[in-house]
Amino acid sequence: MANVFTNIIKNLTGQQPTDIESLIKHTENVNLVCKGCHGEIQKHTLLKNNMICPKCGKYFRMGGKERIKWLADKKSVEFMFDDYESRDFLEFPGYSEKLEKSRKQTNEKDAVVVGTAKIGGKPFAFFVMDSRFMMASMGSVLGEKITSIFEYAKKYSLPVIGFTASGGARMQEGIISLMQMAKVSGAVKRHSTAGNLYITVLTDPTTGGCTASFAMQGDIILAEPKALVGFAGRRVVEQTTKSKLPDNFQSAEFLLEHGFVDSIVPREKLRDTLGTLLEIHSAGGAAV
Amino acid sequence: MTPYEKLKTARASTRPTGSAYIDQIFKNKIELHGDRRFGDDAAIVSGVGFLDDGIPATFIAIDKGTDLQSRLAKNFGCPKPEGYRKALRLMKQAEKFRRPVVCFVDTLGAFCGAEAEERGQGQAIAENILEMMGLKTPVITFVIGEGGSGGALGLATADRVYMLENAVYSVISPEGCASILWKDSNKVADAAACLHITAQDMREFKVVEGIITEDFDHFDKMCNSIRHQIKKDIKTLSAMSDEELLENRYNRFRQFGYFTRTVDDEDEM
Repeated sequence: MANVFTNIIKNLTGQQPTDIESLIKHTENVNLVCKGCHGEIQKHTLLKNNMICPKCGKYFRMGGKERIKWLADKKSVEFMFDDYESRDFLEFPGYSEKLEKSRKQTNEKDAVVVGTAKIGGKPFAFFVMDSRFMMASMGSVLGEKITSIFEYAKKYSLPVIGFTASGGARMQEGIISLMQMAKVSGAVKRHSTAGNLYITVLTDPTTGGCTASFAMQGDIILAEPKALVGFAGRRVVEQTTKSKLPDNFQSAEFLLEHGFVDSIVPREKLRDTLGTLLEIHSAGGAAV
Repeated sequence: MTPYEKLKTARASTRPTGSAYIDQIFKNKIELHGDRRFGDDAAIVSGVGFLDDGIPATFIAIDKGTDLQSRLAKNFGCPKPEGYRKALRLMKQAEKFRRPVVCFVDTLGAFCGAEAEERGQGQAIAENILEMMGLKTPVITFVIGEGGSGGALGLATADRVYMLENAVYSVISPEGCASILWKDSNKVADAAACLHITAQDMREFKVVEGIITEDFDHFDKMCNSIRHQIKKDIKTLSAMSDEELLENRYNRFRQFGYFTRTVDDEDEM
């Protein structure tokens, strides 16, 4: 996992790495254990292999900033709306402590980064959810930032590429968390009605209220191989169904088979695929 | 009543179900079935009829059923994807014929079975919320019992939302919250209090426009006052242009959020 990764590096070097380049720089001598095959991997091998285990193909989760910098043209990334901080307005037991802990662990204010970037010189707006921060549960800050980037993208007629990863609602914000689903959906709808492109990339894990709103609202829905994508949790489904579910249940492959995903794109092909999609949609329809 | 007592009251089997409200409030009703995709979900009762004075309207209700047989048939009021798709089909139809939509919500949540996942429960709810944000006809929703998370929001992305005085509305069931947070499903009462799920809480958060006083002994009278509220809202909402209606609906949800900012970067927009 990326957070295990960054923590190890932090412990070794006393510095919090924020992107691939600094990760590579600071991790020359660290060996990591893959959760897939339990084999040892040299850190820089993993980084150069798009955070995929070269032995077993296991996808390591990526942090928000790490992800967009890995994806986009060099020096094209501009982060926006990055001064929002969550508030424990319900005085929910343990929430303040959890926020504090996640902030320290990730060096981020909340579970999503938004902004603008380019692939192959084509501009787009983005949001990337970061499962290291409270499982990217969806509170006011997350909803506000994603809504704001859609409003910005509509104003400047930019496509939006969104990387989803979420455990679902942030119950520590009660009903206001649920309202973020409608709030973001409203901004998606306006952006869409104005004729703009929205691509979602479902990454591991995309669940709950995230699946039941903006993750599934893209014009084009891509997914990373083997990503967990679903509405209800696996255990809840098993209890409801009273039977054991197949191993691939709620995987990206399962969703593709059932018609809910346009394409599963391996990490090494993601940049090219997104680049082509941006190009196709910026050319203007021949029918116009 | 404590939040937990309200939760139990909201779930009481003696409470009128969605169909009971439709029966009282609408005249010359015709139920319309099916999502034209997969099947007909009995957990959702929907159709067309008249509010009095010849005002046609579309009604959509989540119905828990009244006896064991109907509860089983209706899956205890937990809609499946085809239920949400049926609801959306009727909303689009209402938009075409410029009829207002009246929804009644009463669910523990959307169904969590394997077949619901296979048929895209998340996608179905996501599409409802998205399309309701652009629906060019008034939508008024009443939470009459339980408003269970996304399964409720799929019918509650509305211009006006009301709650019965002992109804509850929550992002997660208090049972689910207690078991995730404290690994103890006995702490339901604590979770119910922490989550702020009562109609009074919702009024404070501006998640609902008003609270309906419960009087099940005089159910017809109570429904008359609900009908009166619907007609009043339809009058206000119908006077708006499509743009105004959608703008107001957008802003209704746009305002939700509590956070702090450290920098003022308004020039970003």
